[in-house]
Amino acid sequence: MTVIKPKRQFISYRGQKWIKKILIYFSLSVVSLIVVIPLIWMLSTSFKLKSQLFTKEIYWIPKVVTLENYTKILDNPSTPIGLWFRNSLFVAVITTAAKLVIDSLAGYAYARMKFPGRNKIFNLLLVTLFLPGVMFLVPNFVTVSKLGMLNNFNGVIFPALASVFGVFFMRQFFNSIPKELEEAAEMDGANRLQIFIKIALPLAKPALATLAVIEFLASWNDFLWALLVLKDRAVQTLQPGLRTLQGAYTSEYGLMMAGAVIVAVPVLLLYIFLQRFIVQSVATTGLKG
Amino acid sequence: MSIISLRKSKISITPYLFILPHLIFFAVFIGYPFFSGLYISFFQYDYLRPEATLFVGLQNYIDLFKTGSVKFIEFWNSIKVTLTFVIYSVPFLVLIPLGLAILLNTKIVGNKFFRAIYFAPWVLSCAVISLIWWWIFQSQGGLLNYYLKLLGFDTPRWLSTMPYAMITIVVATIWWTMGYNMVIFLAALQDIPNDLYEAAEIDGANSWQRFTHITIPMLQPVLIFIIIITIIASFNLLGQPLMMTRGAPAQPTGGGATEPVMLRIFTEGFVRPFQGSAAAMSVIVAIIMMVFSYTNFRIFRQRD
Repeated sequence: MTVIKPKRQFISYRGQKWIKKILIYFSLSVVSLIVVIPLIWMLSTSFKLKSQLFTKEIYWIPKVVTLENYTKILDNPSTPIGLWFRNSLFVAVITTAAKLVIDSLAGYAYARMKFPGRNKIFNLLLVTLFLPGVMFLVPNFVTVSKLGMLNNFNGVIFPALASVFGVFFMRQFFNSIPKELEEAAEMDGANRLQIFIKIALPLAKPALATLAVIEFLASWNDFLWALLVLKDRAVQTLQPGLRTLQGAYTSEYGLMMAGAVIVAVPVLLLYIFLQRFIVQSVATTGLKG
Repeated sequence: MSIISLRKSKISITPYLFILPHLIFFAVFIGYPFFSGLYISFFQYDYLRPEATLFVGLQNYIDLFKTGSVKFIEFWNSIKVTLTFVIYSVPFLVLIPLGLAILLNTKIVGNKFFRAIYFAPWVLSCAVISLIWWWIFQSQGGLLNYYLKLLGFDTPRWLSTMPYAMITIVVATIWWTMGYNMVIFLAALQDIPNDLYEAAEIDGANSWQRFTHITIPMLQPVLIFIIIITIIASFNLLGQPLMMTRGAPAQPTGGGATEPVMLRIFTEGFVRPFQGSAAAMSVIVAIIMMVFSYTNFRIFRQRD
Protein backbone atom coordinates (compact mmCIF):
# COMPACT_ATOMS: atom_id res chain seq x y z
CA MET A 1 0.00 0.00 0.00
CA THR A 2 1.21 3.43 -0.79
CA VAL A 3 0.78 5.96 1.94
CA ILE A 4 0.53 9.49 0.75
CA LYS A 5 0.66 12.06 3.47
CA PRO A 6 -1.04 15.28 2.57
CA LYS A 7 1.51 17.50 4.37
CA ARG A 8 3.16 19.14 1.43
CA GLN A 9 1.53 18.77 -1.91
CA PHE A 10 4.23 18.95 -4.56
CA ILE A 11 2.16 16.88 -6.92
CA SER A 12 -1.50 17.39 -7.66
CA TYR A 13 -4.08 14.83 -6.49
CA ARG A 14 -4.48 13.60 -10.06
CA GLY A 15 -0.74 13.23 -10.39
CA GLN A 16 -0.60 11.18 -7.20
CA LYS A 17 -3.29 8.90 -8.57
CA TRP A 18 -1.23 8.38 -11.69
CA ILE A 19 1.92 7.57 -9.74
CA LYS A 20 0.01 5.09 -7.63
CA LYS A 21 -1.39 3.47 -10.76
CA ILE A 22 2.01 3.22 -12.40
CA LEU A 23 3.47 1.65 -9.24
CA ILE A 24 0.68 -0.91 -9.11
CA TYR A 25 1.07 -1.84 -12.77
CA PHE A 26 4.83 -2.04 -12.37
CA SER A 27 4.65 -4.48 -9.44
CA LEU A 28 1.94 -6.56 -11.12
CA SER A 29 4.06 -6.80 -14.28
CA VAL A 30 7.20 -7.80 -12.40
CA VAL A 31 5.33 -10.64 -10.67
CA SER A 32 3.81 -11.68 -14.01
CA LEU A 33 7.28 -11.95 -15.50
CA ILE A 34 8.46 -14.09 -12.59
CA VAL A 35 5.48 -16.38 -13.12
CA VAL A 36 5.83 -16.62 -16.89
CA ILE A 37 9.63 -16.81 -17.34
CA PRO A 38 10.06 -20.40 -16.07
CA LEU A 39 7.32 -21.54 -18.46
CA ILE A 40 8.93 -19.80 -21.43
CA TRP A 41 12.30 -21.21 -20.41
CA MET A 42 10.81 -24.72 -20.35
CA LEU A 43 9.36 -24.19 -23.82
CA SER A 44 12.55 -22.66 -25.18
CA THR A 45 14.76 -25.44 -23.79
CA SER A 46 12.50 -28.12 -25.24
CA PHE A 47 13.30 -26.90 -28.77
CA LYS A 48 17.08 -26.80 -28.27
CA LEU A 49 19.73 -29.35 -29.14
CA LYS A 50 21.96 -30.47 -26.29
CA SER A 51 24.86 -28.54 -27.83
CA GLN A 52 22.87 -25.31 -27.44
CA LEU A 53 22.24 -25.77 -23.72
CA PHE A 54 25.62 -25.02 -22.23
CA THR A 55 26.74 -22.12 -24.39
CA LYS A 56 28.48 -19.04 -23.03
CA GLU A 57 25.50 -16.90 -23.88
CA ILE A 58 21.88 -17.85 -23.31
CA TYR A 59 19.48 -17.66 -26.25
CA TRP A 60 15.82 -17.39 -25.37
CA ILE A 61 14.89 -18.16 -28.95
CA PRO A 62 16.86 -21.23 -30.05
CA LYS A 63 19.32 -20.56 -32.87
CA VAL A 64 18.23 -23.82 -34.44
CA VAL A 65 14.70 -24.89 -33.58
CA THR A 66 14.60 -28.65 -33.33
CA LEU A 67 11.78 -31.10 -32.70
CA GLU A 68 14.31 -33.83 -32.01
CA ASN A 69 13.65 -33.82 -28.25
CA TYR A 70 9.99 -34.52 -28.86
CA THR A 71 10.44 -37.24 -31.47
CA LYS A 72 13.17 -38.87 -29.37
CA ILE A 73 11.01 -39.37 -26.27
CA LEU A 74 7.70 -40.07 -28.00
CA ASP A 75 8.70 -43.41 -29.50
CA ASN A 76 11.53 -44.35 -27.16
CA PRO A 77 10.88 -47.75 -25.53
CA SER A 78 12.65 -46.71 -22.30
CA THR A 79 10.64 -43.47 -21.96
CA PRO A 80 7.42 -43.99 -23.96
CA ILE A 81 5.83 -40.58 -23.36
CA GLY A 82 3.15 -41.20 -26.00
CA LEU A 83 2.02 -44.34 -24.21
CA TRP A 84 2.16 -42.60 -20.81
CA PHE A 85 0.02 -39.83 -22.21
CA ARG A 86 -2.67 -42.31 -23.22
CA ASN A 87 -2.42 -44.00 -19.81
CA SER A 88 -2.86 -40.67 -18.01
CA LEU A 89 -5.80 -39.72 -20.17
CA PHE A 90 -7.44 -43.10 -19.60
CA VAL A 91 -7.00 -42.98 -15.82
CA ALA A 92 -8.12 -39.35 -15.52
CA VAL A 93 -11.22 -39.77 -17.73
CA ILE A 94 -12.37 -43.00 -16.08
CA THR A 95 -11.72 -41.68 -12.55
CA THR A 96 -13.60 -38.45 -13.26
CA ALA A 97 -16.54 -40.18 -14.93
CA ALA A 98 -16.85 -42.78 -12.17
CA LYS A 99 -16.66 -40.10 -9.50
CA LEU A 100 -19.39 -38.02 -11.11
CA VAL A 101 -21.74 -41.02 -11.08
CA ILE A 102 -20.88 -42.36 -7.62
CA ASP A 103 -20.64 -39.00 -5.86
CA SER A 104 -23.80 -37.50 -7.33
CA LEU A 105 -25.79 -40.61 -6.41
CA ALA A 106 -24.49 -40.56 -2.85
CA GLY A 107 -24.66 -36.78 -2.52
CA TYR A 108 -28.28 -36.83 -3.68
CA ALA A 109 -29.22 -39.52 -1.18
CA TYR A 110 -27.59 -37.66 1.75
CA ALA A 111 -29.28 -34.42 0.71
CA ARG A 112 -32.76 -35.56 -0.27
CA MET A 113 -33.62 -38.94 1.17
CA LYS A 114 -34.44 -39.82 4.73
CA PHE A 115 -33.26 -43.19 5.93
CA PRO A 116 -32.18 -44.69 9.23
CA GLY A 117 -28.48 -44.04 9.90
CA ARG A 118 -28.22 -41.25 7.35
CA ASN A 119 -26.75 -38.61 9.64
CA LYS A 120 -24.50 -41.09 11.41
CA ILE A 121 -23.00 -42.33 8.16
CA PHE A 122 -22.63 -38.85 6.74
CA ASN A 123 -20.95 -37.51 9.88
CA LEU A 124 -18.54 -40.43 9.76
CA LEU A 125 -17.64 -39.46 6.18
CA LEU A 126 -17.17 -35.84 7.21
CA VAL A 127 -14.81 -36.68 10.07
CA THR A 128 -12.47 -38.50 7.70
CA LEU A 129 -12.06 -35.28 5.70
CA PHE A 130 -9.85 -34.08 8.55
CA LEU A 131 -7.61 -37.15 8.63
CA PRO A 132 -4.14 -36.60 7.18
CA GLY A 133 -3.58 -38.52 3.94
CA VAL A 134 -0.24 -39.87 5.15
CA MET A 135 -1.91 -42.45 7.38
CA PHE A 136 -3.50 -44.17 4.38
CA LEU A 137 -0.32 -44.47 2.34
CA VAL A 138 1.17 -47.72 3.62
CA PRO A 139 -2.06 -49.60 4.43
CA ASN A 140 -3.66 -48.75 1.08
CA PHE A 141 -0.52 -49.81 -0.72
CA VAL A 142 -0.68 -53.13 1.12
CA THR A 143 -4.39 -53.49 0.23
CA VAL A 144 -3.76 -52.69 -3.41
CA SER A 145 -0.90 -55.17 -3.61
CA LYS A 146 -2.97 -57.87 -1.89
CA LEU A 147 -5.80 -57.30 -4.37
CA GLY A 148 -3.28 -57.79 -7.17
CA MET A 149 -3.75 -54.23 -8.40
CA LEU A 150 -0.11 -53.12 -8.46
CA ASN A 151 0.87 -52.08 -11.98
CA ASN A 152 -2.82 -52.03 -12.78
CA PHE A 153 -4.93 -48.94 -13.46
CA ASN A 154 -7.53 -50.15 -10.96
CA GLY A 155 -4.90 -49.61 -8.29
CA VAL A 156 -5.04 -45.84 -8.86
CA ILE A 157 -8.69 -45.51 -9.90
CA PHE A 158 -10.35 -47.42 -7.04
CA PRO A 159 -8.67 -45.65 -4.08
CA ALA A 160 -9.50 -42.30 -5.69
CA LEU A 161 -13.20 -43.20 -5.68
CA ALA A 162 -13.19 -43.46 -1.88
CA SER A 163 -12.66 -39.72 -1.44
CA VAL A 164 -15.39 -37.90 0.46
CA PHE A 165 -14.93 -34.47 -1.08
CA GLY A 166 -17.15 -35.09 -4.13
CA VAL A 167 -19.98 -36.57 -2.06
CA PHE A 168 -19.86 -33.61 0.29
CA PHE A 169 -19.74 -31.17 -2.62
CA MET A 170 -22.72 -32.72 -4.44
CA ARG A 171 -24.74 -32.94 -1.24
CA GLN A 172 -24.16 -29.23 -0.62
CA PHE A 173 -25.36 -28.50 -4.13
CA PHE A 174 -28.52 -30.64 -3.93
CA ASN A 175 -29.33 -29.03 -0.59
CA SER A 176 -29.21 -25.63 -2.25
CA ILE A 177 -31.80 -26.25 -4.99
CA PRO A 178 -35.59 -26.06 -4.41
CA LYS A 179 -37.48 -29.28 -3.85
CA GLU A 180 -40.69 -28.36 -5.70
CA LEU A 181 -39.84 -29.88 -9.07
CA GLU A 182 -38.87 -33.19 -7.52
CA GLU A 183 -42.04 -33.22 -5.42
CA ALA A 184 -44.17 -32.57 -8.49
CA ALA A 185 -42.50 -35.45 -10.30
CA GLU A 186 -43.12 -37.70 -7.33
CA MET A 187 -46.81 -36.77 -7.40
CA ASP A 188 -46.80 -37.82 -11.03
CA GLY A 189 -45.63 -41.24 -9.93
CA ALA A 190 -41.95 -41.09 -10.84
CA ASN A 191 -39.62 -43.25 -8.73
CA ARG A 192 -36.48 -41.96 -6.99
CA LEU A 193 -34.09 -43.02 -9.72
CA GLN A 194 -36.23 -41.36 -12.40
CA ILE A 195 -36.48 -38.18 -10.35
CA PHE A 196 -32.73 -38.21 -9.82
CA ILE A 197 -31.87 -38.74 -13.49
CA LYS A 198 -34.58 -36.64 -15.14
CA ILE A 199 -34.88 -33.72 -12.72
CA ALA A 200 -32.05 -33.44 -10.20
CA LEU A 201 -29.12 -34.25 -12.48
CA PRO A 202 -30.00 -31.74 -15.23
CA LEU A 203 -30.24 -29.05 -12.55
CA ALA A 204 -26.84 -30.13 -11.23
CA LYS A 205 -24.96 -29.53 -14.49
CA PRO A 206 -22.92 -26.56 -13.17
CA ALA A 207 -21.93 -28.46 -10.01
CA LEU A 208 -21.06 -31.56 -12.04
CA ALA A 209 -18.91 -29.47 -14.36
CA THR A 210 -17.04 -27.95 -11.41
CA LEU A 211 -16.49 -31.35 -9.85
CA ALA A 212 -15.37 -32.79 -13.20
CA VAL A 213 -12.72 -30.11 -13.69
CA ILE A 214 -11.41 -30.43 -10.12
CA GLU A 215 -11.29 -34.22 -10.25
CA PHE A 216 -9.75 -34.34 -13.73
CA LEU A 217 -6.96 -31.99 -12.66
CA ALA A 218 -6.39 -33.95 -9.45
CA SER A 219 -6.22 -37.26 -11.30
CA TRP A 220 -4.06 -35.97 -14.17
CA ASN A 221 -1.62 -34.35 -11.71
CA ASP A 222 -1.49 -37.20 -9.20
CA PHE A 223 2.15 -37.95 -8.54
CA LEU A 224 2.84 -39.90 -5.36
CA TRP A 225 0.20 -42.61 -5.54
CA ALA A 226 0.78 -43.25 -9.26
CA LEU A 227 4.51 -43.39 -8.53
CA LEU A 228 3.96 -46.12 -5.92
CA VAL A 229 1.38 -48.23 -7.73
CA LEU A 230 2.34 -47.96 -11.41
CA LYS A 231 5.99 -49.01 -11.54
CA ASP A 232 6.21 -50.83 -14.87
CA ARG A 233 7.01 -48.52 -17.72
CA ALA A 234 4.16 -49.93 -19.80
CA VAL A 235 1.51 -48.84 -17.28
CA GLN A 236 3.07 -45.63 -15.99
CA THR A 237 1.24 -42.34 -16.21
CA LEU A 238 2.85 -39.04 -17.15
CA GLN A 239 3.67 -37.73 -13.66
CA PRO A 240 5.79 -40.66 -12.43
CA GLY A 241 6.88 -40.93 -16.07
CA LEU A 242 8.57 -37.54 -15.75
CA ARG A 243 10.64 -38.92 -12.89
CA THR A 244 11.58 -41.94 -15.01
CA LEU A 245 12.54 -39.51 -17.77
CA GLN A 246 14.67 -37.53 -15.34
CA GLY A 247 16.48 -40.68 -14.23
CA ALA A 248 16.95 -42.10 -17.73
CA TYR A 249 19.13 -39.31 -19.10
CA THR A 250 21.93 -37.17 -17.68
CA SER A 251 22.00 -33.46 -18.50
CA GLU A 252 19.64 -33.96 -21.48
CA TYR A 253 17.57 -31.03 -20.27
CA GLY A 254 16.05 -30.53 -23.73
CA LEU A 255 14.49 -33.98 -23.55
CA MET A 256 13.23 -33.42 -20.02
CA MET A 257 11.71 -30.06 -20.84
CA ALA A 258 10.03 -31.59 -23.90
CA GLY A 259 8.54 -34.14 -21.50
CA ALA A 260 7.44 -31.36 -19.12
CA VAL A 261 5.82 -29.48 -22.02
CA ILE A 262 3.85 -32.56 -23.08
CA VAL A 263 2.58 -32.99 -19.50
CA ALA A 264 1.86 -29.29 -18.95
CA VAL A 265 0.19 -28.35 -22.23
CA PRO A 266 -3.11 -30.25 -21.78
CA VAL A 267 -3.80 -28.67 -18.37
CA LEU A 268 -2.62 -25.25 -19.52
CA LEU A 269 -4.96 -25.43 -22.53
CA LEU A 270 -7.79 -26.53 -20.25
CA TYR A 271 -6.90 -23.59 -18.03
CA ILE A 272 -6.82 -21.06 -20.87
CA PHE A 273 -10.30 -22.08 -22.05
CA LEU A 274 -11.88 -22.53 -18.62
CA GLN A 275 -9.79 -20.00 -16.69
CA ARG A 276 -12.56 -18.05 -15.03
CA PHE A 277 -14.46 -21.23 -14.28
CA ILE A 278 -11.47 -23.02 -12.73
CA VAL A 279 -10.46 -20.04 -10.59
CA GLN A 280 -14.03 -19.66 -9.36
CA SER A 281 -14.39 -23.35 -8.51
CA VAL A 282 -11.21 -23.19 -6.48
CA ALA A 283 -12.23 -20.00 -4.70
CA THR A 284 -15.63 -21.40 -3.75
CA THR A 285 -14.63 -24.93 -2.78
CA GLY A 286 -11.51 -23.85 -0.91
CA LEU A 287 -9.86 -27.13 -1.74
CA LYS A 288 -6.18 -27.63 -1.17
CA GLY A 289 -4.01 -30.37 -2.70
CA MET B 1 -44.29 -30.93 5.40
CA SER B 2 -42.91 -31.90 2.08
CA ILE B 3 -44.14 -35.01 0.41
CA ILE B 4 -40.68 -36.45 0.09
CA SER B 5 -40.15 -36.48 3.82
CA LEU B 6 -43.53 -38.13 4.41
CA ARG B 7 -42.17 -41.23 2.73
CA LYS B 8 -39.96 -42.06 5.67
CA SER B 9 -42.82 -44.00 7.23
CA LYS B 10 -41.74 -47.12 5.36
CA ILE B 11 -38.08 -48.01 5.24
CA SER B 12 -36.99 -48.26 1.66
CA ILE B 13 -33.85 -49.90 0.36
CA THR B 14 -33.44 -47.29 -2.40
CA PRO B 15 -31.39 -44.73 -0.41
CA TYR B 16 -28.90 -47.40 0.55
CA LEU B 17 -28.49 -48.38 -3.08
CA PHE B 18 -27.72 -44.74 -3.87
CA ILE B 19 -24.94 -44.48 -1.28
CA LEU B 20 -23.62 -48.02 -1.65
CA PRO B 21 -21.19 -47.57 -4.58
CA HIS B 22 -19.33 -44.81 -2.76
CA LEU B 23 -19.57 -46.53 0.60
CA ILE B 24 -17.87 -49.67 -0.74
CA PHE B 25 -14.81 -47.75 -1.93
CA PHE B 26 -14.87 -45.65 1.24
CA ALA B 27 -14.90 -48.75 3.43
CA VAL B 28 -12.02 -50.41 1.58
CA PHE B 29 -9.73 -47.40 1.10
CA ILE B 30 -10.53 -45.05 4.00
CA GLY B 31 -12.36 -47.02 6.69
CA TYR B 32 -10.28 -50.21 6.67
CA PRO B 33 -6.81 -48.60 6.35
CA PHE B 34 -7.60 -46.37 9.35
CA PHE B 35 -7.24 -49.52 11.44
CA SER B 36 -4.95 -51.64 9.29
CA GLY B 37 -2.33 -48.89 9.22
CA LEU B 38 -2.09 -49.11 13.00
CA TYR B 39 -2.05 -52.91 12.76
CA ILE B 40 0.78 -53.01 10.21
CA SER B 41 2.85 -50.70 12.41
CA PHE B 42 3.18 -53.55 14.95
CA PHE B 43 4.82 -55.82 12.40
CA GLN B 44 8.02 -56.16 10.51
CA TYR B 45 6.43 -56.16 7.09
CA ASP B 46 7.60 -56.20 3.48
CA TYR B 47 4.91 -56.42 0.81
CA LEU B 48 7.27 -58.31 -1.50
CA ARG B 49 7.85 -61.02 1.14
CA PRO B 50 4.56 -61.31 3.04
CA GLU B 51 5.60 -64.79 4.29
CA ALA B 52 8.40 -63.16 6.33
CA THR B 53 5.98 -60.98 8.30
CA LEU B 54 6.93 -60.83 11.98
CA PHE B 55 5.03 -59.43 14.94
CA VAL B 56 7.34 -57.01 16.73
CA GLY B 57 4.93 -55.25 19.09
CA LEU B 58 5.96 -51.69 19.78
CA GLN B 59 9.47 -52.17 18.40
CA ASN B 60 8.87 -49.93 15.33
CA TYR B 61 7.86 -47.12 17.69
CA ILE B 62 10.64 -47.78 20.18
CA ASP B 63 13.17 -47.50 17.32
CA LEU B 64 11.85 -44.04 16.53
CA PHE B 65 12.22 -42.88 20.14
CA LYS B 66 15.53 -44.56 20.98
CA THR B 67 17.98 -41.64 21.12
CA GLY B 68 21.03 -42.16 18.96
CA SER B 69 19.72 -44.98 16.76
CA VAL B 70 19.93 -44.46 12.99
CA LYS B 71 16.14 -44.55 12.62
CA PHE B 72 15.72 -42.04 15.42
CA ILE B 73 18.18 -39.59 13.85
CA GLU B 74 16.78 -39.96 10.34
CA PHE B 75 13.16 -39.64 11.43
CA TRP B 76 13.50 -36.66 13.73
CA ASN B 77 15.83 -34.97 11.27
CA SER B 78 13.06 -35.26 8.68
CA ILE B 79 10.55 -33.77 11.12
CA LYS B 80 12.97 -30.89 11.71
CA VAL B 81 13.37 -30.40 7.94
CA THR B 82 9.59 -30.33 7.54
CA LEU B 83 9.24 -27.70 10.26
CA THR B 84 12.07 -25.68 8.74
CA PHE B 85 10.26 -25.77 5.42
CA VAL B 86 7.06 -24.63 7.12
CA ILE B 87 8.84 -21.72 8.80
CA TYR B 88 10.58 -20.67 5.57
CA SER B 89 7.63 -21.04 3.22
CA VAL B 90 4.41 -20.24 5.07
CA PRO B 91 5.08 -16.52 5.76
CA PHE B 92 5.79 -15.94 2.06
CA LEU B 93 2.82 -18.07 1.03
CA VAL B 94 0.59 -15.86 3.14
CA LEU B 95 2.09 -12.41 2.63
CA ILE B 96 2.81 -12.53 -1.12
CA PRO B 97 -0.68 -13.77 -2.04
CA LEU B 98 -2.22 -11.24 0.37
CA GLY B 99 -0.25 -8.41 -1.23
CA LEU B 100 -1.17 -9.53 -4.74
CA ALA B 101 -4.82 -9.89 -3.79
CA ILE B 102 -4.86 -6.35 -2.38
CA LEU B 103 -3.27 -4.97 -5.55
CA LEU B 104 -5.74 -6.86 -7.73
CA ASN B 105 -8.69 -5.75 -5.63
CA THR B 106 -8.22 -2.16 -6.83
CA LYS B 107 -10.39 -1.29 -9.78
CA ILE B 108 -7.67 -1.32 -12.40
CA VAL B 109 -7.93 -2.39 -16.00
CA GLY B 110 -6.60 -5.90 -16.54
CA ASN B 111 -6.89 -7.24 -13.00
CA LYS B 112 -8.65 -10.38 -14.29
CA PHE B 113 -5.76 -10.92 -16.69
CA PHE B 114 -3.15 -10.68 -13.92
CA ARG B 115 -5.21 -12.96 -11.70
CA ALA B 116 -5.30 -15.55 -14.48
CA ILE B 117 -1.52 -15.42 -14.90
CA TYR B 118 -0.72 -15.69 -11.19
CA PHE B 119 -3.00 -18.66 -10.74
CA ALA B 120 -1.74 -20.57 -13.80
CA PRO B 121 1.17 -22.50 -12.18
CA TRP B 122 -1.27 -24.06 -9.71
CA VAL B 123 -2.83 -26.21 -12.45
CA LEU B 124 0.55 -27.81 -13.20
CA SER B 125 1.66 -30.97 -11.45
CA CYS B 126 4.41 -31.06 -8.87
CA ALA B 127 6.50 -33.23 -11.22
CA VAL B 128 6.36 -30.55 -13.93
CA ILE B 129 7.19 -27.62 -11.67
CA SER B 130 9.97 -29.56 -9.92
CA LEU B 131 11.55 -30.42 -13.25
CA ILE B 132 11.39 -26.81 -14.46
CA TRP B 133 12.94 -25.36 -11.32
CA TRP B 134 15.48 -28.17 -11.09
CA TRP B 135 16.70 -27.09 -14.53
CA ILE B 136 16.69 -23.38 -13.65
CA PHE B 137 18.78 -24.00 -10.51
CA GLN B 138 21.35 -26.23 -12.20
CA SER B 139 24.98 -25.14 -11.76
CA GLN B 140 25.80 -26.12 -15.34
CA GLY B 141 23.63 -24.31 -17.89
CA GLY B 142 21.11 -23.18 -15.29
CA LEU B 143 19.25 -19.96 -16.00
CA LEU B 144 19.66 -18.42 -12.55
CA ASN B 145 23.41 -18.81 -12.24
CA TYR B 146 23.85 -17.50 -15.79
CA TYR B 147 22.23 -14.19 -14.86
CA LEU B 148 23.84 -14.06 -11.41
CA LYS B 149 27.24 -14.41 -13.08
CA LEU B 150 26.32 -11.80 -15.65
CA LEU B 151 25.48 -9.36 -12.87
CA GLY B 152 28.67 -10.22 -10.99
CA PHE B 153 27.14 -12.18 -8.09
CA ASP B 154 28.27 -15.44 -6.52
CA THR B 155 26.98 -18.56 -8.22
CA PRO B 156 26.28 -21.11 -5.49
CA ARG B 157 25.62 -24.79 -6.12
CA TRP B 158 21.94 -24.30 -5.46
CA LEU B 159 20.69 -27.86 -5.37
CA SER B 160 23.40 -29.49 -3.31
CA THR B 161 24.53 -27.04 -0.64
CA MET B 162 22.75 -25.47 2.32
CA PRO B 163 20.90 -23.25 2.82
CA TYR B 164 20.47 -22.95 -0.95
CA ALA B 165 18.92 -26.40 -1.46
CA MET B 166 16.12 -25.52 0.97
CA ILE B 167 15.69 -22.15 -0.74
CA THR B 168 15.21 -23.81 -4.14
CA ILE B 169 12.37 -25.92 -2.74
CA VAL B 170 10.77 -22.93 -1.05
CA VAL B 171 11.01 -20.80 -4.22
CA ALA B 172 9.54 -23.54 -6.43
CA THR B 173 6.71 -24.06 -3.95
CA ILE B 174 5.87 -20.34 -3.67
CA TRP B 175 5.86 -20.01 -7.46
CA TRP B 176 3.61 -23.04 -7.76
CA THR B 177 0.97 -22.37 -5.08
CA MET B 178 0.83 -18.62 -4.36
CA GLY B 179 -1.97 -18.16 -6.92
CA TYR B 180 -4.21 -20.48 -4.96
CA ASN B 181 -3.96 -18.53 -1.71
CA MET B 182 -4.30 -15.29 -3.67
CA VAL B 183 -7.60 -16.37 -5.22
CA ILE B 184 -9.04 -17.16 -1.80
CA PHE B 185 -7.83 -13.83 -0.35
CA LEU B 186 -9.27 -12.02 -3.35
CA ALA B 187 -12.68 -13.63 -2.89
CA ALA B 188 -12.62 -12.61 0.78
CA LEU B 189 -11.57 -9.04 -0.03
CA GLN B 190 -14.40 -8.70 -2.51
CA ASP B 191 -16.84 -9.77 0.22
CA ILE B 192 -15.93 -6.81 2.44
CA PRO B 193 -18.78 -4.32 2.04
CA ASN B 194 -17.71 -1.14 0.34
CA ASP B 195 -19.70 1.14 2.66
CA LEU B 196 -17.24 0.34 5.44
CA TYR B 197 -14.46 1.96 3.44
CA GLU B 198 -16.66 4.85 2.37
CA ALA B 199 -17.68 5.55 5.97
CA ALA B 200 -14.05 5.46 7.08
CA GLU B 201 -13.05 7.79 4.27
CA ILE B 202 -15.69 10.28 5.33
CA ASP B 203 -14.31 10.06 8.86
CA GLY B 204 -10.93 11.04 7.44
CA ALA B 205 -9.11 7.68 7.65
CA ASN B 206 -6.16 7.39 5.24
CA SER B 207 -5.54 4.30 3.17
CA TRP B 208 -3.17 2.74 5.74
CA GLN B 209 -5.70 3.26 8.53
CA ARG B 210 -8.43 1.77 6.38
CA PHE B 211 -6.19 -1.23 5.73
CA THR B 212 -5.34 -1.88 9.39
CA HIS B 213 -8.77 -1.07 10.79
CA ILE B 214 -11.06 -2.58 8.17
CA THR B 215 -9.26 -4.93 5.80
CA ILE B 216 -7.19 -6.88 8.33
CA PRO B 217 -9.97 -7.45 10.90
CA MET B 218 -12.45 -8.40 8.17
CA LEU B 219 -9.93 -10.81 6.66
CA GLN B 220 -9.00 -12.48 9.92
CA PRO B 221 -11.05 -15.69 9.55
CA VAL B 222 -9.74 -16.23 6.01
CA LEU B 223 -6.23 -15.38 7.13
CA ILE B 224 -6.35 -18.10 9.78
CA PHE B 225 -7.90 -20.55 7.31
CA ILE B 226 -5.12 -19.90 4.78
CA ILE B 227 -2.39 -20.26 7.40
CA ILE B 228 -3.79 -23.59 8.57
CA ILE B 229 -4.27 -25.15 5.13
CA THR B 230 -0.87 -23.89 3.98
CA ILE B 231 0.87 -25.47 6.97
CA ILE B 232 -1.01 -28.73 6.43
CA ALA B 233 -0.07 -28.70 2.74
CA SER B 234 3.55 -28.01 3.70
CA PHE B 235 3.58 -31.14 5.85
CA ASN B 236 2.86 -33.12 2.68
CA LEU B 237 5.94 -31.82 0.89
CA LEU B 238 7.42 -34.66 -1.16
CA GLY B 239 7.66 -34.23 -4.94
CA GLN B 240 9.87 -31.12 -4.99
CA PRO B 241 12.71 -32.54 -2.82
CA LEU B 242 12.32 -35.96 -4.45
CA MET B 243 12.92 -34.52 -7.92
CA MET B 244 15.04 -31.44 -7.23
CA THR B 245 17.46 -32.23 -4.39
CA ARG B 246 16.81 -35.92 -3.56
CA GLY B 247 17.03 -34.87 0.08
CA ALA B 248 20.63 -33.68 -0.37
CA PRO B 249 22.97 -32.50 1.05
CA ALA B 250 23.55 -35.24 3.63
CA GLN B 251 23.73 -34.02 7.20
CA PRO B 252 26.89 -34.82 9.15
CA THR B 253 24.67 -36.19 11.93
CA GLY B 254 22.54 -38.35 9.56
CA GLY B 255 19.56 -37.78 7.29
CA GLY B 256 19.30 -35.28 4.46
CA ALA B 257 19.11 -31.52 4.90
CA THR B 258 16.15 -31.30 2.50
CA GLU B 259 14.55 -34.62 3.32
CA PRO B 260 11.10 -33.87 4.79
CA VAL B 261 9.13 -36.48 6.67
CA MET B 262 7.03 -37.59 3.68
CA LEU B 263 10.21 -38.35 1.74
CA ARG B 264 11.54 -40.26 4.76
CA ILE B 265 8.36 -42.37 4.91
CA PHE B 266 8.54 -42.88 1.13
CA THR B 267 12.16 -44.09 1.39
CA GLU B 268 11.54 -46.26 4.44
CA GLY B 269 8.43 -47.99 3.10
CA PHE B 270 8.79 -47.99 -0.65
CA VAL B 271 12.51 -47.83 -1.45
CA ARG B 272 13.65 -49.86 1.54
CA PRO B 273 11.50 -52.86 2.54
CA PHE B 274 10.35 -51.56 5.93
CA GLN B 275 6.63 -50.97 5.59
CA GLY B 276 5.91 -51.69 9.23
CA SER B 277 8.34 -49.01 10.31
CA ALA B 278 6.97 -46.61 7.66
CA ALA B 279 3.46 -47.25 9.00
CA ALA B 280 4.66 -46.38 12.52
CA MET B 281 6.17 -43.13 11.23
CA SER B 282 2.91 -42.33 9.45
CA VAL B 283 0.96 -42.83 12.67
CA ILE B 284 3.23 -40.41 14.54
CA VAL B 285 3.08 -37.82 11.76
CA ALA B 286 -0.70 -38.17 11.53
CA ILE B 287 -0.99 -37.61 15.29
CA ILE B 288 1.24 -34.51 15.11
CA MET B 289 -0.86 -33.15 12.23
CA MET B 290 -4.16 -33.87 13.97
CA VAL B 291 -3.04 -32.28 17.24
CA PHE B 292 -2.00 -29.28 15.20
CA SER B 293 -5.29 -29.10 13.27
CA TYR B 294 -7.30 -29.55 16.44
CA THR B 295 -5.41 -26.83 18.31
CA ASN B 296 -5.94 -24.47 15.42
CA PHE B 297 -9.58 -25.42 15.23
CA ARG B 298 -9.98 -24.58 18.92
CA ILE B 299 -8.24 -21.23 18.57
CA PHE B 300 -10.36 -20.56 15.51
CA ARG B 301 -13.58 -21.35 17.35
CA GLN B 302 -12.64 -19.21 20.36
CA ARG B 303 -12.05 -16.16 18.23
CA ASP B 304 -15.39 -16.52 16.50
